[in-house]
This record gives sequence, C-alpha cells and structure tokens, in this order.
Amino acid sequence: MAAADHEAGRTAERVARESYGRLIAFLAARTGDVAGAQDALADAFAEALKAWPASGAPANPDAWILTVARRRQTDALRRRQTGAAGQAHLILMHEEIEAAAEAPAEIPDRRLALMFACAHPDIEPAARTALILQTILGLTAAEIGAAFLVPPAAMGQRLVRAKARIKAAALAFRVPEREELPARVAAVLEAIYAAYAKAWNDSGEAQASPLAGEAIWLGRLVAALLPDEPEARGMLALMLYSEARRPARRDGEGRYAPLEQQVVALWDRDQIGQAEALLHQANAGGASGRYQIEAAIQSAHVARRLTGVENWPVVVALYELLETYAPSPVVTLNRAMALANVEGPLAGLEVMTPLAGDRRMADYQPYWAARGRLCALAGHREDAHGALTLALGLSADPAVRAYLQDQIAGLRSC
Amino acid sequence: MKYLLMLYAVEAEGLKIPEDEMVKFMGQMFAYQDALTKAGKFIETKPLMPTTEACTLWLENGETRVQDGPYAETREQLGGYYLIEADDMDEARKWAARCPAATWGKIEIRQIRDYPRP
Repeated sequence: MAAADHEAGRTAERVARESYGRLIAFLAARTGDVAGAQDALADAFAEALKAWPASGAPANPDAWILTVARRRQTDALRRRQTGAAGQAHLILMHEEIEAAAEAPAEIPDRRLALMFACAHPDIEPAARTALILQTILGLTAAEIGAAFLVPPAAMGQRLVRAKARIKAAALAFRVPEREELPARVAAVLEAIYAAYAKAWNDSGEAQASPLAGEAIWLGRLVAALLPDEPEARGMLALMLYSEARRPARRDGEGRYAPLEQQVVALWDRDQIGQAEALLHQANAGGASGRYQIEAAIQSAHVARRLTGVENWPVVVALYELLETYAPSPVVTLNRAMALANVEGPLAGLEVMTPLAGDRRMADYQPYWAARGRLCALAGHREDAHGALTLALGLSADPAVRAYLQDQIAGLRSC
Repeated sequence: MKYLLMLYAVEAEGLKIPEDEMVKFMGQMFAYQDALTKAGKFIETKPLMPTTEACTLWLENGETRVQDGPYAETREQLGGYYLIEADDMDEARKWAARCPAATWGKIEIRQIRDYPRP
C-alpha cells in the first residue's frame, strides 16, 4: 500500500508540475474565476491522492484531474447561484470566454490569453506579474518572492489581496481585446522572464529545463503576437542568449564554469544567431526598454568571448543605461562587477557600498559571491572569507558550492 | 513558525566517505549554519550517533521492553537535524534546498506544532 501511495503521489506531482498552468487555463476559461479554478484543482488533486493508491493511477491522469475539477466547479457554481438572471449572465460569460480562447487568430495560446487577463488594469500593478506566475505558471509565493526580492509572506499577502480584488469587483476574467494588449504586455513579459530566470537558477545542471522551454515558447508567442513591441523581441533575445550558453555552464567534470572560463565551442550558435537577429530588429528604432539593454549586454559578452577583444567599458555603459530604465540592487551589483574589470576591484566595491545595508541583499547569494570575489582581488582576505562563506551557505547548487570552496581555499594560499 | 529539518542518509555510505571529502562537507554544513544564523532563521542543529547505537523502548503489559536498533528499519536513517524559524512551508523548503545534506541524502520537513500547556 505504501508503494502504491508513493506511486500515486509521484504521478499526481508530475501532473501538477507539468500541467498545472494548462489545467488552470482550461478551468478558468470556463468560469472566469481563477481563485475558484485553483480551489477546484486542489480538490481534484486531493481526490486523486485518495483514489489512485487503490485503483492505480489512470491512463490519462490529466483528463481524470480535469474531469473531477470541472465537477467541483459546477457544484460550487450551483451553490453560489441564487437567481436565473445570474445564471444567464454566467452562461453568456462562459460562451464569450470559450469563443475568445478558441479564436486562434487573436491569441494563439490559452495560457497566454489568461496571462494577459491577469494583467488587468484594476489589479494592483505590483501584483499582476505575481498573479500570472502563481496562477498560470504554478510558482509558489516563496519562489515569486525570491524572484522579486520580496519576503515570501509579503508576496503571499499581495496575491491574496489581488484575488480578493478580482472577486470583490467581479472583474471579468476575460480574454482581452487585441487593442488592450500593449498596455498589459509589461506584466506578461516580466512574468515570462521571471519564470525563465527561476528555471535558469534552479537547474544548475547543463540540461534544458521544462520551465525554461515553456518560457521561451511563451516569449516566442508574445513576440509574434505583438510585432510592434520591441521589448517582446528584446526579452526573447535575452532568454536565447542565456539558453545558448547553458551547455557550457559546467566543464567536462561537472564543475561550475563562470562566463569568462566557458568553452565557447559548447555554445549553441543557432540560438545566438536568433538572439542577434531579434535584438537587431528590436533596436531598429533605438533601444527603448530594459530587456533590449539587457540583451545588448549579453550580446557584448558573447562578442568579447568570441573575438577576444576587451569591451568591458561598453558593458559598464550599458549597465549605467539600464540603471536609469530599471534601477534595482541587482543591476547595481552587475554594474559594480563590470566596473571592476575596467577600474579594478576597489572601484567595484565602492559601487557596491549602498548595497551593504540593503535588506534584500542579506540572503541574496550572488551578492555575497560577487562581493567575496572583489574583496579577494583587492587583498581584503578576512572580508573575502566572510562573504564567500556566506555565499557558500546560501547556495543550493553543489557545483557552485565546490567552486566557492575552492575560492575560499585559495585565500589561505595567497 | 518553527520547522524541523530531519536529515536522512544511508549510514553505511556515509562511513565510506574519505576524510578529505568529509572535511569539505562539514565546511559546507558550517557555512549553511552561518547563513541561517545571519538571516535570523537558525535555532539549533545536532548530529546524531549512528543507529547501531540506538535502542527502542516500549511498555507491554506493564513491562518495559527494549530492543536494540532504531524503531523503523529503513534504507536511510535519521542522522541529524536543524531546527529553524520560517514564515511558512515555502520558506522552510527554500532553506532546506540550501542544506548540503540534500545532495547525499533526503530532508524531511516538519512544522513544529504549537501545543500550549493548559
């Protein structure tokens, strides 16, 4: 029985991981109620964990879950309905949503349609991206909080408020019209990129991750849907530059390889070519947003490694520009590291000074790794030891841990 | 909220790890503890002696019975724990993922139940 429990649990977990967003999209498109769809799906998973150990997991677990969740939705709807007028309204709303979601010319992917719906102007701007990540891409509040350097509890509250707002104002959770899309695209791009960044940070391994593939797929859809939106192309280019380098993130023995030491022959030239073309198209009218600038920075890194020509001053200038578009401690950190390559470690450490008191940096692993590296280069061994040790303790990646331990060991011998 | 991270691993495998590797692992564990402490999340951690030195006790018909070994015979054994502070299960999971012990064993996360005395 325990083995059957385990097996059923694994199947349910796999369905949850791979199909969560798609199932929510189906269920919410039917009723227009995201919170209700999540409740129905949670009930269906609970029922699966009860039923599957005895009966065995069904041949098509997705369909099983969807059927049970739809039954739950219908029950909940019946309980809520008080009058025929309400019912007529709901039926009409379903039909509109179904029609819109199934019109391929408008928005080519149901999930994407719902992502745009989550970016509703009546929802608090700071919550829109988080709502997309949680409801459509299935990230937890803690994961979303980590992506935006917000404490998990605060992010959880933000999500609860957003859902309450949807319910209270009875916001029609409908697929927006094409002309409404440009105003909502920023939150959608931010969510897709945050999902990609999470996948990038999680999978220390060189192999592709399903979430990264999903983010790139959605990025391609948005870029195709809104050809006049340079930021959509810029973000897609940015993801492709990173993805192209994935196979080189580990050396032959599985050790962590920082950008400057990667074997460029392992880079995916086809993806780099696509990224360069996208960035070129996006920049045709001049750079106009953070993703284009971030993609340009990646393009500069690629050029430096491929040609061997130093271009760090260009990278520094791009980070300065990025800081005016999208200031954040992470951008400041990256600017400091780029500047250290031009003017030395002390100049980099000086740029980092304001970050020392920033609470968002307190358990941000890349900050401590970067700080430790510059302290080591500057000969501040004690500070380097403290920062690298903290970076080691905050890392969830064995290859990065081994790399940091080597750096710490190197401090003693110098 | 308090959470207990229970570290499970195959004891026999652990004994086979060469000394210099073990020094590295311990360095990682101490750095992890430092990071927990700095974040204000650390409460306590302890390693346990191996289960070969454990015994299990219970009362049967008013008589104390003792058996050598752990209560549950499992492939992996409880070898130590961290008691941490976390806002919720999501945050506890985030910290468990950073625990180096997750690379050679498994970590069971349990919330401590607040059970006030009447």
